Amino acid sequence: MSKQKKPESTFPNMVLALLLVTAIAGLALGGVYVVTKEPIAAAKRAKLKNALGKVLPEFDNTKTKKVPAIDGSDSLVFYTAYKNGSEVGTAIKTYTEKGYSGRIVIMVGFTPDNQIERTAVLSHAETPGLGDKIDKAKSDWSNQFNDKNPEQFELKVKKDGGDVDAITAATISSRAFCDAVRRAYKTYEKEGGVK
Amino acid sequence: MNQWQNFTKGFIKDNPVFVLLLGLCPALGVTTSAINGMGMGLATTFVLVMSNTVVTLIKSFIPAKVRIPSFIVIIASFVTIVELVMQGFLPALFEQLGLFIPLIVVNCLVLGRAEAFASKNNFVSSVIDGLGMGLGFTFALTLLGAVREILGSGAIFGWDFVQGDGMLVFVLAPGAFIALGYLIAIMNKFNKA
Repeated sequence: MSKQKKPESTFPNMVLALLLVTAIAGLALGGVYVVTKEPIAAAKRAKLKNALGKVLPEFDNTKTKKVPAIDGSDSLVFYTAYKNGSEVGTAIKTYTEKGYSGRIVIMVGFTPDNQIERTAVLSHAETPGLGDKIDKAKSDWSNQFNDKNPEQFELKVKKDGGDVDAITAATISSRAFCDAVRRAYKTYEKEGGVK
Repeated sequence: MNQWQNFTKGFIKDNPVFVLLLGLCPALGVTTSAINGMGMGLATTFVLVMSNTVVTLIKSFIPAKVRIPSFIVIIASFVTIVELVMQGFLPALFEQLGLFIPLIVVNCLVLGRAEAFASKNNFVSSVIDGLGMGLGFTFALTLLGAVREILGSGAIFGWDFVQGDGMLVFVLAPGAFIALGYLIAIMNKFNKA
């Protein structure tokens, strides 16, 4: 292999080389960003629609509004769903910071008569094999929230005097899940959703 | 060294995870299941092949003192491209691996191959080296993920063959170290012989 002569490491050479490398990299990234922008947005919309479909009855239209949470710093997102013009339920994107490994984001669907329709975990970083059982993909633990009215169904684990069976060996994750659902319900109540 | 040896060295003799002990952060972090390990390995392979290719092509234009920053810019660009493309076109896989994709940037395997191999060898050797090392990395991650999934969840590639829970420790971080330690020991036995 013939040994090619490399440019000397003089100041102008180094500036020029780095400038060229970063400029080309920047251009390439810009190009990829433009190409993937629309598919990424579409994938996000599909994901949201999928999540709404998991927690609400069938619907054909939604209205979105942001509502400040009753406690905590972040606001919740309310998706009120309609079918043929009449309200069929409200999905609330809620969160908790009490997870074992940080924030858990959950979608909770409420029927117009204030029952929990269904719930779906959107993102979490709980321990695989333990806390990740809050996710329906891993275990049907969260089905116990379905069709419950939080007026009668105390959203706390049994250890804390509530009605929720905690996941074995994952009480913290179970508590966090309850915390998120309770935040959604309380905020929904304050917003006049509970008549 | 012929090209075939150049390609296969990544699997056993110079396996990045089991022998060189490079890129252990993703190797331990993502391998809770075989499929996660495989996805991460393949994404890394792509970045490794692309960065090796570009580095070997531009090596004679980069002054020696700024070669590392240039390599990092190149690697980071390819990682971002992988992230954007995966997010747009493979959202399901991105859901699983999204958190770990940016970690490829700090995977010393990629920078290590760019610096130790691609910047000193010709185009064909560098591409083959990237491919062999990447697939060796994928092989190691898949194997580690499979061992942890079998012992930890009684499943393989998501297929449960044992009902109920496995040995939970293998899904958690300590299990990753234990499993990796045993795999390295077995690998060393074969390499010595």
